Amino acid sequence: MRKIQIIFWREFSAYFETTLAYTFVAIFAALTNAFTFYVGNFFTRGQADLQVFFQYHPWIYLILVPAIAMRLWAEERKSGSIEMLMTLPITSSHAILGKFLAAWAFITVALTITFPIWLTVNYLGDPDNGVILASYFGSVLMAGAFLAIGSFVSALTKNQVIAFITTSGICFLFIMSSHPLVLEFVRVWAPDFIVSSIESVSFLRHFRQITQGLITLPTLIFYVSLITFFLFANKLVIDQKKAE
Amino acid sequence: MAELIKISMLAKKFGEILAVSEISLSVKKGEVLGFLGPNGAGKSTTMKMITGFLEPDRGSVTICGVPMVSRPMEAKSKIGYLPEGAPAYSDMTPLSFLRFISDIRGFKGGQRAAKVKQASQKAGLCGVLNQKIETLSKGYKRRVGIAQAILHDPDVLILDEPTDGLDPNQKHQIRELITEMASDKAIIVSTHILEEVEAVCTRAVIIDRGRIVADGTAEDLVRYLPYNTTVTLRVVQDKAIAFKKSLYEFDGIIDLEETEQPNGLVRLRALLKPGSSTAGDIAALVRDEPSVVDEFLVERAKLDNVFRQITTSDNSN
Repeated sequence: MRKIQIIFWREFSAYFETTLAYTFVAIFAALTNAFTFYVGNFFTRGQADLQVFFQYHPWIYLILVPAIAMRLWAEERKSGSIEMLMTLPITSSHAILGKFLAAWAFITVALTITFPIWLTVNYLGDPDNGVILASYFGSVLMAGAFLAIGSFVSALTKNQVIAFITTSGICFLFIMSSHPLVLEFVRVWAPDFIVSSIESVSFLRHFRQITQGLITLPTLIFYVSLITFFLFANKLVIDQKKAE
Repeated sequence: MAELIKISMLAKKFGEILAVSEISLSVKKGEVLGFLGPNGAGKSTTMKMITGFLEPDRGSVTICGVPMVSRPMEAKSKIGYLPEGAPAYSDMTPLSFLRFISDIRGFKGGQRAAKVKQASQKAGLCGVLNQKIETLSKGYKRRVGIAQAILHDPDVLILDEPTDGLDPNQKHQIRELITEMASDKAIIVSTHILEEVEAVCTRAVIIDRGRIVADGTAEDLVRYLPYNTTVTLRVVQDKAIAFKKSLYEFDGIIDLEETEQPNGLVRLRALLKPGSSTAGDIAALVRDEPSVVDEFLVERAKLDNVFRQITTSDNSN
């Protein structure tokens, strides 16, 4: 536990050693606001809620989370520092969890910096703050799922650009899997249970439920098992391929 | 004396390529073992298996009696390792990097500060502790790697090409540091600078195509050669043939190499059998004909010759 903590703090502070943290937070804030106010017509809707704010989070994460995740392992492998790291008295699980949690915490920090919009909506009207809190929670969970996929992909390559594009691609499929575009394509040849299981892994569907204030057990299980699965795959990849 | 590093029948394949095949060796406390070999011979792969970065396909690694494969955490805590190229987190400063390492190594509070200070002093980092590692010169980056490896005063030290790419002064400092630490540790140093082996190592192994082809002290290794002394002479060209003839009369000479030199001189290099008194005989010959010989040089056979002999004769098979 202590080793995870040490790696967590090294990684977390590394974000602030460079301009990465500030760039990320600035772009994140700019994008969420642009989507909320211009694309989502926050003011003209005349409703005191943050539906439009959260609605675009999957799409913002599609770009920004892979950008954070791509360096997690690809950079270590490219620079060779993985050899230094993995010959220290730690296990690969310590390193994977420390890095993942640091990146997740960093994204959570970026997300909390959007709190003025929550103040604004409370000033303008009388929103259901329970729903807003649930939505923030759902947004963090979804970011974690994106990040676990990204961490896994990053371990597969030394090239950060490849890691970025592949992660974005996989996450796009997860977002879109309840969309008719995907489902119609599958329905032609696959039996119903496959179609419905593809539909059920949709980030969009699970996230939409949460932003309506519904945190259900299946949704929690979905995100937690997705994160666990990809982190476990990440461990297998690191154990097998770290030296290549 | 205690064997701090013991590896036996170590083997590793990458796909179809056999990188290391059945390497066995042990290093005792107080020994500095030089790892020699051409590029791609399996030196780094062997070191990666000793330090637990790579899992061997077969064979075992034991560090201070602790098996690496079954108890990696304990074994790794006894090793200090400088990987090839001394990789570190370039966006950190040496100070924050060494603090991170000492945290992982389990030091706390005052002990942590003391360890970081000690390691950075030994490695000569004190002037640059607060500069980002990416802005440091190659020599300093290497020192950061060394400081990281010696921070916990490990019993076993594995250094992969610690002086590669450094200037002569830096090389000298690092060799001094290794010699200084040698008495209470078992150290493996890989290198392809052979003078380094003579300078710091108590013993050397030569690895070629994944196998140990020679093992011993620098003096032992020289015995792999059929000769142990060379005499180099520069003679005036017109007298060279007659001079060579008189050299051939000494039966201690195994071989005579000849190269043309500018300015009408010929360089002759005689390889002498161990235990012969031929060097003295040649000296007497030179004394008799001082106008013929322009230069006279007696040398002991060098590791370079051993290295070339062993690793190239194998390749031609």
